[in-house]
Amino acid sequence: MRGIVHHITEELRNTARELLASGRISAFLGFREGDHPMTVAPFAARTAEEVELLIFNSFCVLNSANTIPELLRDLTPPAKRGEPPNEPPMIGVIATGCWSRNIVVQIQEHQVPRDKLVIVGVASRGMVDRRKVLAKLPNSDVYSVEEQDHLLLVRGRGYEVEIPRWEVVRDNCRSCSHPEAVDFDLWIGPKTGPRSIDAPFQELEEIEGLGAAGRWEWFSNEFSRCIRCYACRNACPLCYCPTCFVDDSRPQWVGKSADFSDTATFHLLRAYHCAGRCTDCGACESVCPMDIPLRKLTKKLYKAVKERFGFEPGLSSGATLPLSTFSSEDREEFILRPGGPGQEER
Amino acid sequence: MDGMRQKWEPKIIAFLCTWCSYAGADLAGVSRLQYPPSLRIVKVPCTGRISANMILDALRSGADGVLVSGCHPGDCHYISGNLLARRRFALLGKLLDFIGIEPGRLNFTWISASEGEQFAEVVQQVTKRVRALGPATRLVKRL
Ligand code: SF4
Ligand code: SF4
Ligand code: SF4
Ligand code: FES
Repeated sequence: MRGIVHHITEELRNTARELLASGRISAFLGFREGDHPMTVAPFAARTAEEVELLIFNSFCVLNSANTIPELLRDLTPPAKRGEPPNEPPMIGVIATGCWSRNIVVQIQEHQVPRDKLVIVGVASRGMVDRRKVLAKLPNSDVYSVEEQDHLLLVRGRGYEVEIPRWEVVRDNCRSCSHPEAVDFDLWIGPKTGPRSIDAPFQELEEIEGLGAAGRWEWFSNEFSRCIRCYACRNACPLCYCPTCFVDDSRPQWVGKSADFSDTATFHLLRAYHCAGRCTDCGACESVCPMDIPLRKLTKKLYKAVKERFGFEPGLSSGATLPLSTFSSEDREEFILRPGGPGQEER
Repeated sequence: MDGMRQKWEPKIIAFLCTWCSYAGADLAGVSRLQYPPSLRIVKVPCTGRISANMILDALRSGADGVLVSGCHPGDCHYISGNLLARRRFALLGKLLDFIGIEPGRLNFTWISASEGEQFAEVVQQVTKRVRALGPATRLVKRL
């Protein structure tokens, strides 16, 4: 075991072990190895033995923030009847740039009390898209993947392949300007500083360049594969609503049919609910079993929020969320004027 | 009768704020101003009450276009409902445009209670735009 991720994993375990031993936290939230190569699972370590299962590597495509509200709820002792609710205990959590930004959003939205968290910051090296790896292999029977600093060593049925790591890093990570946690209490691993990205929204340009008919074709082709498993919603740290709109029955905003209009409604509203909050962490896209380019919708909204309101989510817990405020100066070029030419261009 | 059946007229769901645009529509009516009978009006307490769910629901249910009209900025009965709504509409418009819903199907405007004439004008304008686009097919639920 050598290389950056192994050092970070060591440091992570040491930090989690000390925090648990000191009694400061009652669980440490991170990831453990998944059941298959190149997968991980969310994991809350509560004992010194469990700490040994914590890992940090390039396959942590989920978002640690997603589990925080639920974990805090689960760890809070139930209140006795007639007594006020108990306070949750403190927990530790590992956070890269986007994960910490999602924690910031949860703090802004009063889902998570900052003083109950010990955030262990880390710089993400960019997480790997396992689909990109699989696409480079002769077959998908992967036995093991060893992560070195700049190479993935993949062993599978009848092959041993070396893949340059950066080639298979997720698109959102490649265009990420904040790989480092923005709000943290402790730090593990090297510091890399912010990255400057020339064209953060380049991945949208191709679609934006199509006409309305072309864009509809793109949308309906890609999104009609959706089987509505809602894994994307479940993986998203913004989707903590007790009752999601897809489960509302009166009124029923999303029908249960296989008609594309229902699938489209789900995707449009899910993305829209993430406007001004989504950090482009990519968890939704990574967990999709149908390989749907979900992030394109949220990224489009990210761009619109940045351009119109000069806001990027999750950078400061003191900031007001862009959709819970307004400015009298907000652009309204899309408002129709009686007798005017109207809003042909947006 | 036959001639009428052949001539398609758009159905436009209009979400009108009760404090201003709904009264504006009323004024247009009592002033006997002519405008196309394309609107199906939904009265709402304020544009701030309108969610993206409602607009998408209209499109899914077969509306050829949507019109949202509220009080002018600064005149909202609830002070800032329309200013919050303006941000939301701007983003929804961007999103729907991005997936290929023609911008002309989604219309926003401000009409006060005294602007009956402007109301009639906007309805004509919107009807013209939607007519030019033809019947909606994208997002419409077919069962
Ligand atoms: S994870 Fe993929 S298939 Fe499942 S609901 Fe989301 S987009 Fe659809
Ligand atoms: S919508 Fe997707 S990319 Fe955005 S915060 Fe949620 S999981 Fe991350
Ligand atoms: S999709 Fe919308 S309603 Fe559903 S959980 Fe996410 S934010 Fe809540
Ligand atoms: S009351 Fe008319 S827009 Fe708010």
